[in-house]
Amino acid sequence: MKTWRQSLLLSYSLIILAFLYLPIAVLVLYSFNNTRINAVWTGWTIQWYLSLFSNRHVLDAVSNSLIIAFSSTIISTLLGTMAALALHSCRFRWYTAINSLIYMPILIPEIVMGLSLLVLFAQLNIELGKITLVIAHITFCMSFVVIIISARLEGLSKDLEEAAQDLYANSWQTFRYVTLPLIMPGIIAGALISFTLSIDDFVISFFVAGPNSSTLPLYVYALVKRGISPEINALSTIMIIVTIVMVVISQRLQVNGSNKNNVYK
Amino acid sequence: MNKKVLAWPILVWLTLFLTVPLCFVVAVSFIQRSAYGQLIYRFTIQNYLRLIEPLYIQIFIDTLLMAILTTIITFILGYPLAYTITKMNKHLQNIWLVLVMIPFWINSLIRSYAWVIILRSQGLINTLLLSWGIIDQPLALLYNSSSVLLGMVYTQLPFMVLPIYVSLEQLDRRLLEASSDLGATPWKTFWHITLPLTLPGIAAGSILVFISALGMFVVPDIVGGAKSALIGNLIQNQFLSARNWPFGSALSIVLSVFSLILILLYYRVLKVQQTKEVKP
Repeated sequence: MKTWRQSLLLSYSLIILAFLYLPIAVLVLYSFNNTRINAVWTGWTIQWYLSLFSNRHVLDAVSNSLIIAFSSTIISTLLGTMAALALHSCRFRWYTAINSLIYMPILIPEIVMGLSLLVLFAQLNIELGKITLVIAHITFCMSFVVIIISARLEGLSKDLEEAAQDLYANSWQTFRYVTLPLIMPGIIAGALISFTLSIDDFVISFFVAGPNSSTLPLYVYALVKRGISPEINALSTIMIIVTIVMVVISQRLQVNGSNKNNVYK
Repeated sequence: MNKKVLAWPILVWLTLFLTVPLCFVVAVSFIQRSAYGQLIYRFTIQNYLRLIEPLYIQIFIDTLLMAILTTIITFILGYPLAYTITKMNKHLQNIWLVLVMIPFWINSLIRSYAWVIILRSQGLINTLLLSWGIIDQPLALLYNSSSVLLGMVYTQLPFMVLPIYVSLEQLDRRLLEASSDLGATPWKTFWHITLPLTLPGIAAGSILVFISALGMFVVPDIVGGAKSALIGNLIQNQFLSARNWPFGSALSIVLSVFSLILILLYYRVLKVQQTKEVKP
């Protein structure tokens, strides 16, 4: 009776997992299909990947995406970590308001955030380009960093910091040699998530990108609007692989980190 | 206490690039525009009055229906999945969670495009059906409201699974044991204990999915035709093609206010729930 119910649930879950992954698998598979026209399989090829690497637009988009992702990751990780530390160790009078402000970029519809930045930049006569993209990306990445690092700080026991202070470490030393190493997995996980969010963002970038600052998702969108082509599949496949690698690493860091902390508790 | 200063940069940043822009949008929603799309700084509520024209009311209804259906279907698909995951051992749980999370991180543009490859008239399904002789004309699977619904469910499913998983994980196992010790069937235990106690997770998942579906414009843009426009597409259109920023702003204010009210409602419900649980 029990096993019957369990196997039913398990098969249901496997079907849903297949539903989540089959379209992605099809997309990846067709990036290796040797025909441009339709869904008939005519043989393996890597020519679509090769043509990407010789396409100047693709290379420009890759370099834009990387520049934007690195800059916004560094700044959002730094600001996010600082904010998480402050929120963890101080009592703020306007705690609820501050917290709501920090969660706002996640709660507000993406499209509204994108267009509100567009309105801001237009009103201030700021030219759209890489700078506006970086500003926008920092704005939506920071909240995720704060959440991830706050979760890490919650899991820490105060004992170690207190022990350090009992042993005459000043507050900087306590931070540098105790707190920072302990929350490092969280910081790296937050940075990886920021990087992934930035490199994958389409909706917000769509509003604040300028004519010469196309990122990878924007380039993919332009291609999709023009029609189906195997190059889109190849480009998407590369982006999917990058995303998966980043998410898996970040997940491992978060899981391993929290196990280690449990030892200290 | 000097650590408080560390929170300042993020607060200043968010004020400058989140709060101020939103105020700008509110302001723009109350001004006029010239025939060529230039903003004219004169007060009007015309942009809001336009929202009740039948054309736009229809789009609101379509969007609401789409969001509600997406929420219901992701719940039906997501709850059993989350439930199954919590029954696994810790190692398998982590693997399954990552598997559910990965599609969530892959950008929705690419995930929608994947369905175009499958559903279009020269796509995978039509090619297979034609070659097996089941059909002799390609089916119109793409560019209709069903394909939009499919794309929505597909992109939003992880939003539903993860919060439900968290609330199932936090469930006090002793209650389930007590229930079955007292002779309840597994179904009864599920219906009277598990389901009510995981309502906060269900609410969180539903709100995430619903709000995200309300403002979605990528999925309908890629897998839906011109006929299946939702609020998101309407807003995008006002800003990028029609160049009617005041009307687009009014639309996005309505969308944001609606979303924020839902979130506030959720927090209220959550608070009531928690105070109930604390009481003996």
